[in-house]
Amino acid sequence: MKVPFSTAIAMAFGLIVLLGYFVDIPILITLRDVFVRWAVLLMTVALIVGIVNLVIVHWKKFSQDPGENPYSIILLVAFGLTLLVAGFFGPTSEWSLWIFNHIQMPVEQSLMAILVVVLIYSVARMFKDRGNLISLIFIATVLLMLILGVPWFGVAIPGLQGPGGIRSFIAEIPAVAGARGILIGIGLGTVATGLRVLIGADRPYGG
Amino acid sequence: MNLADLLSVKHAGLLFVIIFLGLIIGFTLRGRGRILVPRRKIHAFDRLRDAIGLGVESGSRLHISLGWGGLLGIPGIGSLIGLSIAKRVAKIASISDKPPVITSGEGATAVLSRDTLQAAYRELNQQEKFDSVLGRMSGVTPFSYAAGTLPVIYDETVSATIVGGHLGSEVGLITDATQRIGGVSLTGSDNLPAQAVMFGTTQEALIGEDYYAVDAFLDGEPVHTASLQAQDILRWVVASGILIGALLKFFGLI
Repeated sequence: MKVPFSTAIAMAFGLIVLLGYFVDIPILITLRDVFVRWAVLLMTVALIVGIVNLVIVHWKKFSQDPGENPYSIILLVAFGLTLLVAGFFGPTSEWSLWIFNHIQMPVEQSLMAILVVVLIYSVARMFKDRGNLISLIFIATVLLMLILGVPWFGVAIPGLQGPGGIRSFIAEIPAVAGARGILIGIGLGTVATGLRVLIGADRPYGG
Repeated sequence: MNLADLLSVKHAGLLFVIIFLGLIIGFTLRGRGRILVPRRKIHAFDRLRDAIGLGVESGSRLHISLGWGGLLGIPGIGSLIGLSIAKRVAKIASISDKPPVITSGEGATAVLSRDTLQAAYRELNQQEKFDSVLGRMSGVTPFSYAAGTLPVIYDETVSATIVGGHLGSEVGLITDATQRIGGVSLTGSDNLPAQAVMFGTTQEALIGEDYYAVDAFLDGEPVHTASLQAQDILRWVVASGILIGALLKFFGLI
């Protein structure tokens, strides 16, 4: 098997980091910590590259058709202003925090509110489009957990709500069992994928 | 080394990794030269192939969303799977006029997405199709990522969205946008809340380890099918271990 240089480097570094977690040899542990710190540093540099890319994409979109891409110019102006304020006054200054608390937070909270509407609509659409048994169980469980989630008129109904009720039974037994089953699958899939990358069988990068 | 050392979590972990690796290598060697097809059928992958075909015919674009998980920790593996999907999809859709676009919410993943696309086109000798804006970062927080991804779906003639990476419940906004334009969504994630939202909002959601089987279904090389076989065996081992542990605890033996 012909292994490109970049892949060989990735494999070697991955193997050293993995062994550093399992084998108590001081040099391996030191190397592991150094490599992980390098990775964090590189990811920070990559974030800057990503932001530059974001600006380039929106500048291209805006310059190609200014009338059709109003959001791109909003993004560019907002980015420029935020960069100026955070660069001049500092990222934890009063003005920077004002931007965060009065612009970014409300916008993200609005999106969260929209998400609630989207999810309700999706459940209704699911009921219409996919009326199979699994979907019906999913919808029934969602409705049951929502309805029993809060006491009705301030009174918890025995047998339905509170400890020992249907809601806590669903939340503590079938839901936890299902979640653990899924997590075991995710864990095994994660290890398998990591090992394939480590032996160079998978190269989800340019190598 | 005494028994307590042997049974420590670290050594058990190392043993588990060695056995896993041994099984993958063993099954790969056994399956070499044979065309291996995963035994279980996952309809989402048939749908993905159809979506790619339809996208190519209709001159529309595929959108691959890698989420905002980055490359470190468990979310990193989710991103790597997403990149792997991107590479294979770029190759399959290479005859299309409109190459796929990849969005991510983290810098390193964005850089790798461009690298992945470039490598896919280089392998196909179609480097002229590569444009650096095809792999882009659309936001750095979960909701800003979703907000930045929506214009890609609405404005860039997208016919299918493939979500593969670490996202939260905001994935609902992305899948809803795809449905609104009449597109197909195929979704997978390592995050449980995201999986619940995906199940409710998309036609095809990959739940649990199905997401990690993408490589075997899209491009069944022996190592991918071997990896699935190893996972199946170890799943039974882990499940049996949990059951035996529960029984031993129940009878007061541990």
